[in-house]
Amino acid sequence: MLQLFSDLASWLAFGVMGLDPNTKLADAVHFFIEDTSKIFALLLLMIYAIALVRASLNVERVRDYLAGKNRFIGYFMGAGFGAVTPFCSCSSIPVFLGFTSAGIPVGITMAFLITSPLINEVAVLLLMSLLGWKFTVIYVVVGMSVGILAGTFLDAIRAERWLQSFAAKALEQGKAQADLNNGTGASAAAMTLTERHEFAKGETLEIFGRVWKWVIIGVGLGAALHGFVPDGWIEAHLGDGQWWSVPAAVLIGIPLYSNATGVIPVMESLITNGLPIGTTLAFCMSTVAASFPEFILLKQVMQWRLLAIVFAILLIAFTLIGWIFNAISPML
Amino acid sequence: MLNIKVLGSGCTKCTKTAEIITSIANEKGISITLVKETNPEVIMGYKVVSTPAVVIDEKLVHWGSIPHRDMIESWLVG
Repeated sequence: MLQLFSDLASWLAFGVMGLDPNTKLADAVHFFIEDTSKIFALLLLMIYAIALVRASLNVERVRDYLAGKNRFIGYFMGAGFGAVTPFCSCSSIPVFLGFTSAGIPVGITMAFLITSPLINEVAVLLLMSLLGWKFTVIYVVVGMSVGILAGTFLDAIRAERWLQSFAAKALEQGKAQADLNNGTGASAAAMTLTERHEFAKGETLEIFGRVWKWVIIGVGLGAALHGFVPDGWIEAHLGDGQWWSVPAAVLIGIPLYSNATGVIPVMESLITNGLPIGTTLAFCMSTVAASFPEFILLKQVMQWRLLAIVFAILLIAFTLIGWIFNAISPML
Repeated sequence: MLNIKVLGSGCTKCTKTAEIITSIANEKGISITLVKETNPEVIMGYKVVSTPAVVIDEKLVHWGSIPHRDMIESWLVG
């Protein structure tokens, strides 16, 4: 079925635009058309389908669910919910405080917040279609592990010491309240199919409206890499997974900020050009999850010290991921 | 006179929410005071997790999305 998009791209690039299939330019244009058309079609379809299913899941429910859970289950559930719950990154402060004031430990909240940008339905879908299911499974497992381990570590070092004082107070109060206040009373009533359809329609338009430009930028970069980086250059220089290439990739990823949607087409290009899988993962996760603007927002609820610790954890985690995957990728 | 607060950390959705409410109130000739509340501590006080949220006369009426037109009308007209 996906062949359709390749045919469409051939027809447009070689037929309508009259490019010579043997040139670099034609190669890049073909790649661009094939990937954007494929991704757009899949996005519209899948966002709708997924939204239909998860219409009744929202942050309020997750909070009520996580409150009072056993810690160790909490980290897994926190990361798991982070992966599936839709929420706008501009909501991360209210989410943080909402969880905190419900007495949920900082580590579980952070497991949720760290996993959230790394994994979402759009990312998974793109990975599946561009890089295959094996890579997708690896990506999801790794992304969740980062959230779970970072969360566990933060609670182990008692990170709540370094919250801003009002947030720390809220956490104490939340813990003290045995009978949890159900917040806004946000528990959604059972939804009818029409309501689900309305929600899914809204979600599709909203998410698509937000991510389409990222797809264009990401695929455009991918196409540029595809067509213009000399064949074999990446493979020759970085193909052996030289140890320093991983931390370098993480560092390069910090100032670059993209969401998962934009970075995945770039991943595809890097991998097909021979960049080792670990280096690619390290670069992409750093681009998506370690971004300065997001971190500065968290300053409102955390002291600098905690902020720096969280940032350092992420950088170390991505570097380790890169090394581990470069080491084991020949066995995959 | 209705006291309306739009809670949110200044994202586009929150700004839009405030704009829509103001324009509908103007249209209907209803006098309101509208404040955009961005202080996280205050937002937490309303137990809101997902923004934008709308508070009318200290009562939380909506959260998590830009409200629909008919919802806003029903709040304003009462």
